[in-house]
Amino acid sequence: MTTTDSTQALAADRAATSRTSASSAQKSASANLNVIKAINAGLRRSMENDVKVLVMGEDVGKLGGVFRVTDGLQKDFGEDRVIDTPLAESGIVGTAIGLALRGYRPVCEIQFDGFVMPAFDQIVSQVAKMHFRSGGRLRLPIVIRIPYGGSIGAVEHHSESPEAYFAHTPGLKVVTCSNPVDAYWMIQQAIELDDPVVFFEPKRRYYEKADVDLDGSPDLPLESARVVVPGTDATVATYGPMVKTCLDAASAAAEDGRSLEVIDLRTLSPLDLTSVYDSVRRTGRLVMVHEAQRTLGIGAEVAARVTEECFYSLEAPVQRVTGYDTPYPPARVEEEYLPDLDRVLDAVDRTFGF
Amino acid sequence: MTVETVADAAGGAPPEPELVQLLTPEGQRVANDHYDALIADITGDDVRGMYRDLVLARRVDSEAVALQRQGELGLWASLLGQEAAQVGSARALRQQDHVFPTYREHGVALCCGVDPLRLLALFRGVDQGLWDPNETRFHLYTIVVGAQTLHATGYAMGVQRDGAIGTGDPDRDAAVIAYFGDGASSQGDVNESFIWASVTNAPVVFFCQNNQWAISEPLERQTRVPLYRRAGGFGFPGVRVDGNDVLACLAVTREALQRARDGEGPTLVEAFTYRMGAHTTTDDPTRYRLNADLEHWKLKDPIERVRAYMIRGDLADQAFLDEVEAESEQLAVHLRAACRELPDPTPTSIFDHVYVEPTPDLVAQRDAMTAYLDSFAEEVAR
Repeated sequence: MTTTDSTQALAADRAATSRTSASSAQKSASANLNVIKAINAGLRRSMENDVKVLVMGEDVGKLGGVFRVTDGLQKDFGEDRVIDTPLAESGIVGTAIGLALRGYRPVCEIQFDGFVMPAFDQIVSQVAKMHFRSGGRLRLPIVIRIPYGGSIGAVEHHSESPEAYFAHTPGLKVVTCSNPVDAYWMIQQAIELDDPVVFFEPKRRYYEKADVDLDGSPDLPLESARVVVPGTDATVATYGPMVKTCLDAASAAAEDGRSLEVIDLRTLSPLDLTSVYDSVRRTGRLVMVHEAQRTLGIGAEVAARVTEECFYSLEAPVQRVTGYDTPYPPARVEEEYLPDLDRVLDAVDRTFGF
Repeated sequence: MTVETVADAAGGAPPEPELVQLLTPEGQRVANDHYDALIADITGDDVRGMYRDLVLARRVDSEAVALQRQGELGLWASLLGQEAAQVGSARALRQQDHVFPTYREHGVALCCGVDPLRLLALFRGVDQGLWDPNETRFHLYTIVVGAQTLHATGYAMGVQRDGAIGTGDPDRDAAVIAYFGDGASSQGDVNESFIWASVTNAPVVFFCQNNQWAISEPLERQTRVPLYRRAGGFGFPGVRVDGNDVLACLAVTREALQRARDGEGPTLVEAFTYRMGAHTTTDDPTRYRLNADLEHWKLKDPIERVRAYMIRGDLADQAFLDEVEAESEQLAVHLRAACRELPDPTPTSIFDHVYVEPTPDLVAQRDAMTAYLDSFAEEVAR
């Protein structure tokens, strides 16, 4: 593929992803939304469709959440359905379990990634295991929303990427959106699911905008990856906040004549790696990118599976571009910790060095 | 009802806690205008029924301990000594009420109609709780102590949202009861559930069986104030009841459940009792407590006092006692045999019910396990 081809493909695919096409613009139900407003619209639609759907968390009512994801929901659906909770994460998830057992479908907001830890026991020991424990008799259709990731200049516990803990836990589904269109549909799909879902929201991408066709239907099932931009020279697999970083890297690589295929995993448990295997069999090279620390992260699992499935196609070892195995650092040095365009391209270069 | 305020609990050395008791250890009925009214409808038949529950609960328990000793159960958590707290509180429940137990509530399970064989199956390692919580209203055993108090509170919030409190309809208004122990009272989840129930006015009763031991940790390791007084700090009433007195437990729990059903919010009931056995069959209490304490509590046995009360009041004759004894023996014989016949789960059943629908990864792992296991069968065939 030539540079021009690659750039065009990139542009075309992005257009498809964000659904900015003329056809959707003709519909009155299309709106230009950022990720926050897209999730808000998705929540609203789920609450309209099913009176059992509840929203609960700290500051989700009058304030609309610290990021305003639940803005206006309490006004429209009342205090019984949009519940301002005490400041206690274990309580949020623990009571959501009881509500789910009574037939409700709670959507819990954990205010920041690092604050999910007080709820860890309820999520891992109870939410994840109740269906199994009961021999399939009990279902917990709970969604736990967690804004995650860094690059927002925050203090400790506000920039972490704890997704691997949950993906490591059988019984939980773990998904993450990377753009407004997916945010709108994936939150609704997660709420409809009868399994518990941990829903990670890329907070540094909260203000990214795209046209969202509010009346259409999702183009993918929840538990599936998406090839965001096709390419031929190397595969870059990523998710959440790093999707945009990798798309930027693909654009830059295209200018240098190198064609990168970028895959947004979207679902971390279960992993959907079919498109990654297909891609690696063509490109022979895989770079896995995430903000979370490296060791035993999602990238390690992807690397292991790609090695198992694509051993004879690999031209180079799978490269990982990740946060470092340190606690999340102070904000003034976080950009050194976080993967960026240059580190992604550097890893791509390395795959050509074997 | 004894309502302790924050001021009461805060000022100086705490006074001796007031204990609601309607039946002395010797089986004498203690008059108490308030609580007598709450059980005025209890007939001789009801008392005999509770005696039967107490005896059967103890028999299930002793049979389970024996089965563990014989290697048929992996573990058992004995309820010995706590029968009255469990039966009295459980008999206060109505059809629409729901129970969130810890792992020692075998007597409550029995009263809710859970087949005791299902309890044995869990401790045998056959499954993790296969009774139907919707049909029995008795939810699954929770082994992480205290976690279930939040589930109960959330369930009660659901009851609120369903409009199933405060209607005055005795068949509609529902309450939820969470069982936990003195050890669990130190857990964050229990304290969070108190806060949630209080601020949401949830229809939940927190029923703490204070058996005074959290494995080897005595009560004074958990608290400096009587547990029921903690409720005052959270803004709802707390009451301490003689946990070895089935009538008092019935009366106190009835009142607490009715408050919940009427929309008046949570209550903490502290049933003051004693764990007569070991924490579980792996525990050795002789390492940390005195035999004299045990002997002291034997005199307060929850079953003996009901028997004495019945005999004293001509509520039961020897024929009835023999009948109950025979029934409990029959149950024990049945459980002994049925426990041994519980089939082990098949290896690939571990893949069932991880999710509502199996994921492709789990299907692949299950298929791999099947192929691996089949490879041995093929070898044998060769």
